[in-house]
Amino acid sequence: MKTVMNGDFAASYGAMTSDVKFVAAYPITPQTLIVEKLSELVADGELDASFVKVESEHSAMAACIGAQAAGIRTFTATSSQGLLLMCEVLHWAARARLPIVLANVNRAVAPGWSIWADAQDSISQRDTGWMQVYAENNQDVYDSILMAYKIAEDNDVLLPMMVNLDAFFLSHTSEVVDLIDNDKAKEFLPAYDPEYKLDPKNPRAFGALTSPEHYFEFTYKMFEAMEVAKKKITQVGKEFGDIFGRYYDMTESYKIDDAETVLVTFGTIAGTAKESVDRLRKEGKKVGNLKIRVFRPFPAEQIIDALKNAKRVVVIDRDYSYGNEGAFYTEIKGALYDANLRIDTYGMIAGLGGRDVSTTVIKEIVEKAETSEPNKTYFIGVKK
Amino acid sequence: MNEKKELRLSIPKEEVLQPGHLACQGCGASLAMRYALKALGRDIIVDIPACCWAVIDGPFPYSATNIPIYHTAFETAAAVASGVTNGLKAIGNDHTTVMAWAGDGGTFDIGIQALSGAAERNDDIIYTVYDNEAYMNTGIQRSSATPHGAWTTTTPVKHYRKGWKKDLDSIMVAHGIPYLATASIAYPEDMIKKYLKAQKIKGTKFIHVYAPCPTGWKSDPAMTIHLAKMVVETNIFPLYEVENGKYKINIKPKNRKPLDEYLAMQGRFKHLPQEEIEYLQRTFDEKWEILLKKEEHFG
Ligand SMILES: Cc1ncc(C[n+]2csc(CCOP(=O)(O)OP(=O)(O)O)c2C)c(N)n1
Ligand code: SF4
Ligand SMILES: [Mg+2]
Repeated sequence: MKTVMNGDFAASYGAMTSDVKFVAAYPITPQTLIVEKLSELVADGELDASFVKVESEHSAMAACIGAQAAGIRTFTATSSQGLLLMCEVLHWAARARLPIVLANVNRAVAPGWSIWADAQDSISQRDTGWMQVYAENNQDVYDSILMAYKIAEDNDVLLPMMVNLDAFFLSHTSEVVDLIDNDKAKEFLPAYDPEYKLDPKNPRAFGALTSPEHYFEFTYKMFEAMEVAKKKITQVGKEFGDIFGRYYDMTESYKIDDAETVLVTFGTIAGTAKESVDRLRKEGKKVGNLKIRVFRPFPAEQIIDALKNAKRVVVIDRDYSYGNEGAFYTEIKGALYDANLRIDTYGMIAGLGGRDVSTTVIKEIVEKAETSEPNKTYFIGVKK
Repeated sequence: MNEKKELRLSIPKEEVLQPGHLACQGCGASLAMRYALKALGRDIIVDIPACCWAVIDGPFPYSATNIPIYHTAFETAAAVASGVTNGLKAIGNDHTTVMAWAGDGGTFDIGIQALSGAAERNDDIIYTVYDNEAYMNTGIQRSSATPHGAWTTTTPVKHYRKGWKKDLDSIMVAHGIPYLATASIAYPEDMIKKYLKAQKIKGTKFIHVYAPCPTGWKSDPAMTIHLAKMVVETNIFPLYEVENGKYKINIKPKNRKPLDEYLAMQGRFKHLPQEEIEYLQRTFDEKWEILLKKEEHFG
């Protein structure tokens, strides 16, 4: 059923279509609409789930951990400071191998207070063991949540997944979203029935003191799970497409076959980049775009394949790893190095704190790459 | 003693809070800061977590208060104040007042751990909670200070908030802090007197200020003071102090007003059926009786 809704509502309906049975969440701008919508859906009986209105994000994630460990499908949503406050328990959820799904609205980190788009929040949680998806539009938000449960709950994966959406550009912008009816969704995503859970009939202790004898292997198992997840994400994206007509993968290439300059983008910037590609091609520039939809696990193989013929790789980061460069830039270069590809790369940091990355800005970025020294980081549009 | 004279204390003329701040019309929280700063003066450092006041003071590079303000993370008001006060003491500064200034969400909910820690250590701070009974900054979600019966966006009309406001004042008293007071912006003299007293006491001082929010309560901005007065006259929010465990009620209404009118002035209670109103009345009356007993036994 096609309807018009903002990204926050798309996330709420994504959770509802996924038949979550437990929600614990705490309000933060611009995620508040998710909390409000879900509490309304639960209160009105449209969503048959328990909603715990916790007193902090730390408790939101901890409560999800409790419910999920008891064998119940859970959902939460947050943004920025809230995600940062969860850090300890994000690690916990992942190492406990709980397939929790979280929608994070990408928002800048304080101080100074900012409620606008910026991926610093989720990028700084990159190493918590969560899989990370960056949505380009509201349909992507909705579909990704449904797929996230399917991927995360796979017995060979069992890792939590974070679906990221840009503050305001998605969270508060209305677009057409095609909702999936519940029966069809259930066929795609069967009820959650984990092999291991808190169960008096099958008593086990989880997460106990672990000596050097065993700890290492628990981490190794997460490595294996992430490797499996790479395949699963592609496979589930295809399965989803076969059923619902919308195909997804870890990356998405746009006009890269003959491209000399390939932009590498994520989130809403990817949408603008594709429009920019069309415009720049009209000016005779051979430009393409590679969207990184999934950042963890890192789709190195797909990236190498997409970039191998490029002359220039221009990575746009809406984040900055203090003291180094954009996080995506570092990782893209790593992938190229592994494949012995020595291509000129450009790290472009843009749009921090919600500054607009328009087609004009992207054009400027491409021109900058064409005229600047390669293998360096540039901050785009800094006021002096 | 000279109780009456003390109550007639004049309000300092100097305005520390300047015009041009960003509060809504009729904002109780902005008046609360105005009175508190009149009492406390400029030898002060204030830290403010996420809350309406994080916005009210003005966006970078502005500030409407012209005193040192430290914006901080939502759950950290008390801990940051502990850091400031103990740090200052370490370098021999014993005179600067350190105040944490937080909303009810930042105090009753996410900040209670840090607050409890500061109170248990008896760190030398004034902690103010300006209570507008919900998360207003993020668009009116319930907090544990939201009263029974109220509408918020997370307690929608059909499923309005059920359950009592957390009795944080008693929790703070139980920490054994040297001073706790409740205050209402409709009684500026009483409020200023309490801040002046708090400033002289060493240790953790907790001041709970009732601060109506026309935006979140769906009330007439012109009625803010009226509401802040009625809440005291109805015994919903009694004005009292607890000094070293001793209770003292500052205002005892001769004829407590029924709460109907108070409720009727706020859209957030519009949906309440009569039996709920009666239930609220009964419960507030009981709570008042308990407070009287506390004063009697621990006065
Ligand atoms: C860790 C974290 N979680 C959530 C938020 C979002 N947030 C900012 S202010 C606020 C509510 C504040 O409510 P309250 O303390 O009652 O102050 P008021 O806005 O009502 O003045 C919330 C939920 C945040 N900034 N940080
Ligand atoms: S929302 Fe309420 S508390 Fe916040 S500034 Fe407006 S009136 Fe004041
Ligand atoms: Mg509040």
